[in-house]
Amino acid sequence: MNVSPELDRRFREAAARENLLDVAYDLVDTPVGRLFVATTDRGLCRIAYDTEPEQELESLAQTFGLRVLRSAKPIDPARRELDEYFDGKRQQFDLPVDVALLADFNRLVLGELALVPYGDVVTYGELAARVSRPGAARAVGTVMNRNPLPIVLPCHRVIGANGKLVGYAGGLERKEQLLRLEGALL
Amino acid sequence: MTPPPFERFYEQHREEIFGFLVRRLGRQRAEDAFQETFLKALRAYPSLRHGEHLRAWAYTIASRVAIDEHRRPRADADLPELESLDSRPAFAQLEHLAEELPPTERAAVVLRYGYDLDYAEIGAALGSNATAARQAASAGIRRLRMKELP
Repeated sequence: MNVSPELDRRFREAAARENLLDVAYDLVDTPVGRLFVATTDRGLCRIAYDTEPEQELESLAQTFGLRVLRSAKPIDPARRELDEYFDGKRQQFDLPVDVALLADFNRLVLGELALVPYGDVVTYGELAARVSRPGAARAVGTVMNRNPLPIVLPCHRVIGANGKLVGYAGGLERKEQLLRLEGALL
Repeated sequence: MTPPPFERFYEQHREEIFGFLVRRLGRQRAEDAFQETFLKALRAYPSLRHGEHLRAWAYTIASRVAIDEHRRPRADADLPELESLDSRPAFAQLEHLAEELPPTERAAVVLRYGYDLDYAEIGAALGSNATAARQAASAGIRRLRMKELP
């Protein structure tokens, strides 16, 4: 028998309200496409482009626990900040992030990445130098490629030494789109 | 096999569990019971040791919630006819008794005699059919009887 959207929504809300979820997620529409956005009670834990939800759920369940459920409310703060960002009204995200389970080096690099300001770019080598690992440009590139929170942790602001955009997990077109939004590309 | 992410479990079972609750409780009370069933499932989910018989597991929780709902007096609700309400609560004891049975037989016995589900419902819960459910329940009962003998 069909479960009405209203009943379904009520359950999903109650599950989040009663703190029964390891991970809540929802889909968020943006100018760069539909994003898969997930949060734990500690903070945002995943943003993904063009996702296969099935795979994403499995991977979240393995990392954070089996109680992964789509629930709109816990994602609302992220939805709001992303909307403001794409409207050009927000240059910095105030969302807590949950990166506790990442490897130390990844966390270190992403922490440094978070300091690269809106509208600015750095090279992979510069970012490596900032975490006292000059010469680790390639390793930094790998960390960017595996960034669990693109846009909020702005790996789109990291480019090649020759000024080329090089790569982006969401595709170069999106990297360009984000940098243009921020006024970093003329 | 580990249980799937809860979203998958919920999507797979919400419709039939809701249907089951509506048959037991009427639509209005079924809505509350539906939420309660899946909240209970969420609470217990991390302690599941494997992903087998999740459907029977969901039915077991829903049955328990339906029984609690029945017991709760409610002036405003449209109460469906209750048959043999008082003979039912043996379920807790029965679950304990049936602990050593193979999983399918255990589920069939508990759902049939503990929760008074009919064989078609049990068949649905176990992913088989009424005939298989009847066989599993009677095999379970036979095994229990043998255990009782000295």
